[in-house]
Amino acid sequence: MQTGAELNQYKSHVKALNFYYGAFHALKNIDMALHANKITALIGPSGCGKSTFLRCFNRMHDLYPGNRYDGEIILHPDHVNILSHKVDPIEVRMRISMVFQKPNPFPKSIYENVAYGLRVRGIRQRAVLDEKVENALRNSALWDEVKDRMNDLAFNLSGGQQQRLCIARALATDPEILLFDEPTSALDPIATASIEELIADLKDKVTILIVTHNMQQAARVSDFTAYMYLGELIEFDETDTIFIKPKHKQTEDYITGRFG
Amino acid sequence: MSDKLDKNKNYAGRLGYSYRRNLRERLIESVLFLSAALSVVIMLSIVVMLVKESFVFFQHVSLWDFLTDTQWTPLFDDAHYGILPLVAGTVVSSTVALLVALPLGTIIAIYLSEFAPFSVREIAKPFLELLGGIPTVVYGYFALLFVTPLLQMIFPTLPGFSLLSAGLVMGIMIIPYVSSMTEDAMRAVPMHLREGSYAMGATRFQTAIRVVMPAAFSGIAAAYILGISRAVGETMVVAIAAGMQPNLTWNPMEPAATITAYIVQVSLGDLPHGSIGYQTIFAAGLTLLLMTLVFNIIGHVLRKRYREIY
Repeated sequence: MQTGAELNQYKSHVKALNFYYGAFHALKNIDMALHANKITALIGPSGCGKSTFLRCFNRMHDLYPGNRYDGEIILHPDHVNILSHKVDPIEVRMRISMVFQKPNPFPKSIYENVAYGLRVRGIRQRAVLDEKVENALRNSALWDEVKDRMNDLAFNLSGGQQQRLCIARALATDPEILLFDEPTSALDPIATASIEELIADLKDKVTILIVTHNMQQAARVSDFTAYMYLGELIEFDETDTIFIKPKHKQTEDYITGRFG
Repeated sequence: MSDKLDKNKNYAGRLGYSYRRNLRERLIESVLFLSAALSVVIMLSIVVMLVKESFVFFQHVSLWDFLTDTQWTPLFDDAHYGILPLVAGTVVSSTVALLVALPLGTIIAIYLSEFAPFSVREIAKPFLELLGGIPTVVYGYFALLFVTPLLQMIFPTLPGFSLLSAGLVMGIMIIPYVSSMTEDAMRAVPMHLREGSYAMGATRFQTAIRVVMPAAFSGIAAAYILGISRAVGETMVVAIAAGMQPNLTWNPMEPAATITAYIVQVSLGDLPHGSIGYQTIFAAGLTLLLMTLVFNIIGHVLRKRYREIY
C-alpha cells in the first residue's frame, strides 16, 4: 500500500495495459508510473508502440473502429481509470491535452486557435477568453511575436511558431497532463531548440509525456525515460540511469546506436 | 553504383538525341492541346453567336426598354420586351430550389463525411448519385402531377402551375450535386486537423462545424456555386411545372415563366427565322449566360481567396 505522500508524487499509474489494432497486439502488458510535474520520455525504434501508448492517454484510439484495449490508466488525484468504458473520452481530453507531430493549427485566426478549447467548453465571456489566451501565449513564448496580429490566419506563422501555437492551444485549457507526439520532428534545429526549452519550462505547471525519435532530445529534456521495443516496456527509470548505466543490454544497445 | 559496365557493349551515343521519341512526344502534346482548345473554341463560338444575334435584337429594342419594361409580350401585337418578368421567374424558382438544396445538401454531406459508418456511406452515396441521374423531364412531371396536388392540400389556393412546386422539385434534383461535392471537399480535409480538434475535447459536431467546414470552405463554395448555376439554368422542370406565362411576380405561389422556359417555348413554336420574336431568345439566352457568369466569377474569387492551406 502506498502512502499519501508517495501518491502525490505520481500523476498517473498504468496497469496491465494491452492494445490491439484488430488482430495485431501492439502494446503488451505495460505497467508504468507517471511522475507528477516531471517530463517522461518514451523512446524506442519505429513501430515499438510508443505513439500508440501515448494516444491511449487521451483515448485517441476511440476515433477509429477496430481498436481494442484493456488494462487501466489511473489518473490521480481522484484515482479514476480513464480507460473505463464508463468514462467519456471527451472528459478525458478536457484534462489531458496533446500536441502532434506535424503542427496542425486550425483554419482560424491566431486568437481563435488558442481560444478553441475554451470555446468548445462553452466559455463565451470575452474577458475570460482574452486573459486565458494571453496567458497561454505567454507560457508558450509566442506572445511577443503575435500580440499585434492576433487576427491573422494561423497559417501565416512559421513552422516553429505554428507548433508553439499548438502548444498554447493545448495549454489554454489548463490540462493536467500534456502529451507530445514527436513535437519537433517536422521542425528545423533552431525551432527544435526553442520548443525543447519551452517543454522544459512547462513542467512546473503540468505533467509531461513525450514521444521522441531523438535520443539526445530525451536525454536533454526528460527526467524519466521509458525504453520500448516491439510493444513491450523494456526499461523505465530516471533518465540519467537509463543513459549512463541501463540495466538491460538491449536498452544499452539502442542508446549507444548499435541498432534502431 | 554496383552494376558493372559491360565491356563488350558500345555505350557511345547513349545520351544522344532521339528524334523518334521527340517526335512522338510532340505529337501527343499537340493532340492534348487540341482537345483542350476545342472546349475554349466551342465556348467562344456560343458567346459570339449570342452576342451577334442579340445585336440584331437590340437594333429593334433599346437596351433601356429591355431592362426596365415590366412586360414581356414579344409575340403580341402590342409587343413589350422587358426581361424583368423572366428574370423574376428565374430568381424566384432558383431561390426556392436553393433554399431546399443548399441546407439539405450540406447536412447530408456533414452526415456522410463525419458521422456515417463506412457501410452506411457505401449504400447511401450510390442512391444519392442515382437521384442526380433521373431525367429532368421526369422531375418535371413529378412536380406537376404529384407535388403540386400535395401542396394544394396545404395551400388550397395554389394554382396548377406554380414556381413553388417547380422550385421545390428542382431543389431535390440539385441536392446530390451539392452534397456530393461538399462531402468530397470535407473528406479531403486531413485527419490530423480533426485529431487536433478531438484532442481539445471537441465533439464530432463541433469538429465538423468549427474545423472541417472552414478548412473545406473553397470546395464547399464551389459546390454551392455549381448548385446555383444548375438552378438558374434548369429548363425542363420549370417549363413543365411553373407554367409558361411571363408574369412579373416575386411570389412563389404564382405561375410564371423563367428565361429558360421562354427559350424552350419559342424554339418549339413556328416563328419565322430572323423575325424579331425569334431574335428575342438570343437576348434572353445572353441574359442567362451573364447571370451564370456572375456566379462563376464569384465562385472563382472565393476559391482563390480561401484556397485550402491546411
